[in-house]
Amino acid sequence: MIDRNAILETNEMIEKDHFDVRTITMGVSLFDCITGDGEKTAEKVYAKITEAAKNLVSVGCEIESEYGIPIVNKRISITPASLLGRTESDFLLIADALDRAAAACGVNFIGGYTALVHKGITASEHAFLETIPEALSKTERLCSSVNVATTRAGINMDAVKRMGGIIKQTAELTKGNNAIGCAKLVVFANAVEDNPFMAGAFNGVGEGDRVISVGVSGPGAVRSALTKCGADADFGELALCIKKTAFKITRVGQLVAREAAKRLDANLGIIDLSLAPTPAVGDSVAHILEEMGLESVGAHGSTAALALLNDAVKKGGLMAGMYVGGLSGAFIPVSEDAGMIDAVNRGALTLEKLEAMTSVCSVGLDMIAVPGDTPEETLCGIIADECAIGTINNKTTAVRIIPVPGKGVGESVAFGGLLGTAPIMAVNKFSPAVFVNRGGRVPAPLISNRN
Amino acid sequence: MRAIVSVIGKDRMGIIAKVSGLLYSIDINVLDLSQSVLQDYFHMIMLVDISKCGRKFSDIASSLATLGEEIGMSIKIQHEDIFNAMHKI
Repeated sequence: MIDRNAILETNEMIEKDHFDVRTITMGVSLFDCITGDGEKTAEKVYAKITEAAKNLVSVGCEIESEYGIPIVNKRISITPASLLGRTESDFLLIADALDRAAAACGVNFIGGYTALVHKGITASEHAFLETIPEALSKTERLCSSVNVATTRAGINMDAVKRMGGIIKQTAELTKGNNAIGCAKLVVFANAVEDNPFMAGAFNGVGEGDRVISVGVSGPGAVRSALTKCGADADFGELALCIKKTAFKITRVGQLVAREAAKRLDANLGIIDLSLAPTPAVGDSVAHILEEMGLESVGAHGSTAALALLNDAVKKGGLMAGMYVGGLSGAFIPVSEDAGMIDAVNRGALTLEKLEAMTSVCSVGLDMIAVPGDTPEETLCGIIADECAIGTINNKTTAVRIIPVPGKGVGESVAFGGLLGTAPIMAVNKFSPAVFVNRGGRVPAPLISNRN
Repeated sequence: MRAIVSVIGKDRMGIIAKVSGLLYSIDINVLDLSQSVLQDYFHMIMLVDISKCGRKFSDIASSLATLGEEIGMSIKIQHEDIFNAMHKI
């Protein structure tokens, strides 16, 4: 008989602490859909996805029922779409096909309207980038990402500059819906090819044809374990407690991934060890940091607390998963985390502190709403800063920022569902315009020269 | 396939009879059982074999959940592997 306390613990984690598997994401390679003709490519894209992922949702629900573990999202990621066509009309046809395919498969997001332009931008990628605002405004489920920097290549500041404009334009085109297009657009440095989480998921060029990646979660379970640890536990004990919880969480992810890959006749990709919050009470990364002893997240000490958390999650999860990859670490989105929202509203958490925290978390400035009149160049400066943190520290960083037209500091914007509610945060008023407009690339950092 | 049935709620007469009666009626064999009552709170864990039951797992789960509602208890069934995965190396 299985240990009774183990059964109780598992079910308490699921029922009280919001422990869940956040996503089963199927990566689908679309290289074999390229025809040279936009319409034909779009048709093939639709046919391939709807065939590959036709059972994704039903299998996800089946596994959810058998193991009694909620699987919140079932999603699809694809080969970077910028590689599938040549002209703007090609890409818009593909965007439409992707959106329809996602709807037909019953998934709420499909990721991979993506370009990898960290070193240079080809003519077709120029055309592709041009279509992002329109594609995001005309689709419901499509997610877009653009990689503008890598440790190996440096920062493509021409691409960074382009993204400032694309973000502003996307906000404008989707302003009737609180600029929600920007919530589905991520600018990356060191983007990973096997990330299962939206909005930044895509099926990398080195990936196989049909790949299952699973993102686990469980901030509530970690927080609850830390509460039991007590206020007098030292840092070694805190780290050990997080590692044990991360191990258990990841083992469930591993089980789900193996079953999903088997039942969907797909390759087993990776487990992403992320702690991904939701706006639900008790599912917050900010509250974990506060449980460690911060009066509010954003206080001095927040970066250290997050670093400890992120590192312990990885150490605990690495042994539990057969293949670990993706972003793997703690996410610190603002709008999707009740504790982060409260911290901003009480004046404890600023954009500058969040930027510092991104140097030790798994991604970057995520789901941050800023005033609608934020200049394009300021957005570019924010992106460049994140790229610098990512390239120098050899880690993924990202910016998912929403300049909400017509809104200013003190107001907030509701996106609904898991995207949550974002308070509008203040940005620095001084301009980086001359700096960001220089053009060219920031050379690759010293640490890239490892050969 | 082996699964764990957990039954939790306020104690009353006949809980084991009701749950095992339902399991028997759909050809599910009880392999092991552990139960306790602490301060009027009933808690039972059963290890069961569902390989002779022809129904879909989700149907078994909903039959148990419905019985749970009738007798005022929370009843769930889960594949045993989730517990093995989490608690055994």
